[in-house]
Amino acid sequence: MALPTYADPLERAWHYAYLLICGLIFLFLIAPILVIIPLSFNAEPYFTFTEKMLTFDPEGYSLRWYDALVSVGMQAPDAETGWWADMWRNSTWVRAAKNSLIVGFWATILATVLGTLAALGLSRPEMPYRRVIMAVLISPMIVPIIIIATGLFFFYSNPCSILATSCGKLTSTYTGIVLAHATLGIPFVIITVTATLSGFDQSLIRAAASLGANPRTTFFKVVMPLILPGIISGALFAFVTSFDEVVAVLFIAAPDQQTIPRQMWNGIREQISPAILAVATILVVISIALLASVELLRRRSDRLRGVTGR
Amino acid sequence: MTDATAPLTTTDGRPLKAALAAAGARARRRALFLVLPLLIFVMITFVIPIGQMLHQSFYNPYFSRNAPNVAAWFAGNPVGTEPDEAAYAALAEDFRAMQAAKTAGEAATRVNYTLPETRSLITKTARNAGDLAPPYKEAFLAIDKKWADPAVWQAMRSSSTAYTSDFYLIAADFERAADGTVQKVPDKQRIYVKLFIKTFILSALITVICLLLAFPIAHLLATLPMAKANLLMILVLLPFWTSLLVRTTSWIVLLQQKGVVNETFVALGLVGDGNRLNLIYNQTGTIIVMTHILLPFMVLPLYSVMRVIPPSYARAARSLGATSWTTFRRIYLPQTLPGIGAGALLVFILAVGYYITPALVGGADGQLISNLIDFHMDKSNWSLAAALSALLLVGVLLLYWLYDRLVGIDKLKLG
Repeated sequence: MALPTYADPLERAWHYAYLLICGLIFLFLIAPILVIIPLSFNAEPYFTFTEKMLTFDPEGYSLRWYDALVSVGMQAPDAETGWWADMWRNSTWVRAAKNSLIVGFWATILATVLGTLAALGLSRPEMPYRRVIMAVLISPMIVPIIIIATGLFFFYSNPCSILATSCGKLTSTYTGIVLAHATLGIPFVIITVTATLSGFDQSLIRAAASLGANPRTTFFKVVMPLILPGIISGALFAFVTSFDEVVAVLFIAAPDQQTIPRQMWNGIREQISPAILAVATILVVISIALLASVELLRRRSDRLRGVTGR
Repeated sequence: MTDATAPLTTTDGRPLKAALAAAGARARRRALFLVLPLLIFVMITFVIPIGQMLHQSFYNPYFSRNAPNVAAWFAGNPVGTEPDEAAYAALAEDFRAMQAAKTAGEAATRVNYTLPETRSLITKTARNAGDLAPPYKEAFLAIDKKWADPAVWQAMRSSSTAYTSDFYLIAADFERAADGTVQKVPDKQRIYVKLFIKTFILSALITVICLLLAFPIAHLLATLPMAKANLLMILVLLPFWTSLLVRTTSWIVLLQQKGVVNETFVALGLVGDGNRLNLIYNQTGTIIVMTHILLPFMVLPLYSVMRVIPPSYARAARSLGATSWTTFRRIYLPQTLPGIGAGALLVFILAVGYYITPALVGGADGQLISNLIDFHMDKSNWSLAAALSALLLVGVLLLYWLYDRLVGIDKLKLG
């Protein structure tokens, strides 16, 4: 934003003050995320910058918290042979990461497939009751998570109680967690895919049909490639939602079904150690990668749909 | 020339109107068919569980099903009837059954919700149910004098039906007096309404702070050239994509007594080493961290509205002699109102139901209503947790409905 030439000194001063204020707000947004990265390399068990860190003394930095992170739960963290197998099988955080990835993967698949189908239906001009249905499908994002978790806690203890029969439990099962996380991810898929479809030129479908393509061919050859970036962004959103979800897991999972957010939750509640910062740093790196992919996808989608700019 | 009065038909001779209607119905069915799998899925994993939870808020059979005889006596005698020998006899019968089935605990818990400190009375009586012999009234009073208290009988009366409004009364800080009338609980015990009000006030405060912080940067982003704006936008979107627990962790690290912020203040001499600021594990911590987490939800709708405001309006105002302040107040601000409304409603809705951040950094005075629901779930006081959830849910759904009316959920954008 350039300053107009007719600005008087007061406006000039205000303009620079305004830029400073904006800078401070951006700092407020980003500093908390960046500050933990150097702190996770602290050689001391403190949560602040030591003298040595500030003078960039290599002795002030170490990888000890990353080491601690991996060795928690391992049977022989100092063994020479079988270290990798031991880590893969026993390290607490590695196991939590595996659980998070498995749950996130299936929840994403479920949310993306069902969500994309629904978004295709919702985007058709002849869709009846669109407003109500859309409101219901987006509501998992709006309803407080504690209410959802409480509801699932009762429901999962006997999912068939509404049919007045009994059919086992969903509490303490991975299926239960996957279903819950898929539900939480669905609004994001619906929002991103319908946004992509809103710019979709419906005459392309008629063009494909007039050239002799059947509805299936039209979908896979014409519609799908155009909305794929939107679907992938939605899937990434759904995955991140599951990967970061802790409340439902606390309510419905068994104590030994640990995920990364749950481990972090326990770590923060009990005794916060710098090892948590090491996990946090890894997660920040992952979120930077995800953000970059979504940005690239968005640009690709805009280009494909012939939209320029934002 | 065709006859103008003959109805239009398709090539196979059907009236065009009917054919169009059939085609329209088919298209509607097809669209609905695509949505149906997800709708069924969300019904099963979301709508039914919440419905069941709401059912718990007014359905609690733990006393009524264990004490059917005294429940029948209550049903046959109006409120305020002095318990006679028949009532005590029915109760004795129930106590013997409870002792045999070992269910006195759950029955006692139910009555205890309505009248605190009756749990031990009931479990004690159930333990001594073998001593109960006619005349029953004297036998009960021999076990505990409290059995003569009409409040105990009133509590049992309101527990004696499986469907009850008791938990909503508790959640709204009301209680039933001994004669069955509804009254407010004493001032000191009114915790629930106070916490609801506090949750709303804190959420409103966080919404206002978010608006004040989001407005300048959204304006900057909207007026910068696209390439620069996209670059700066990353600073807004990165927090959005970063794990909530990571952001909470970093704020704990920054704000604690020996954290970065306090160390910096001490080093700069702003505060003494002895009186470091308490910025976390209290209400201040909740406000700071929630503001940080919800800020992107305010920036994004504001930005999308501000970006399409033509700069020529402001220039026209200036050329007509308006000062920059007048231009902002009379020309620019009114045009951003849709964005302000959308952002503020969204942030407020999300803040009202917030759970994770207050639980981790709220300490004692930074807890919100969600945390109290969790507290009662933890204590297995499910009906009260469900009643509180129901009240919160009604509030959130009202706001959601308002959002849909004013903004439209299809306008919701993520990045």
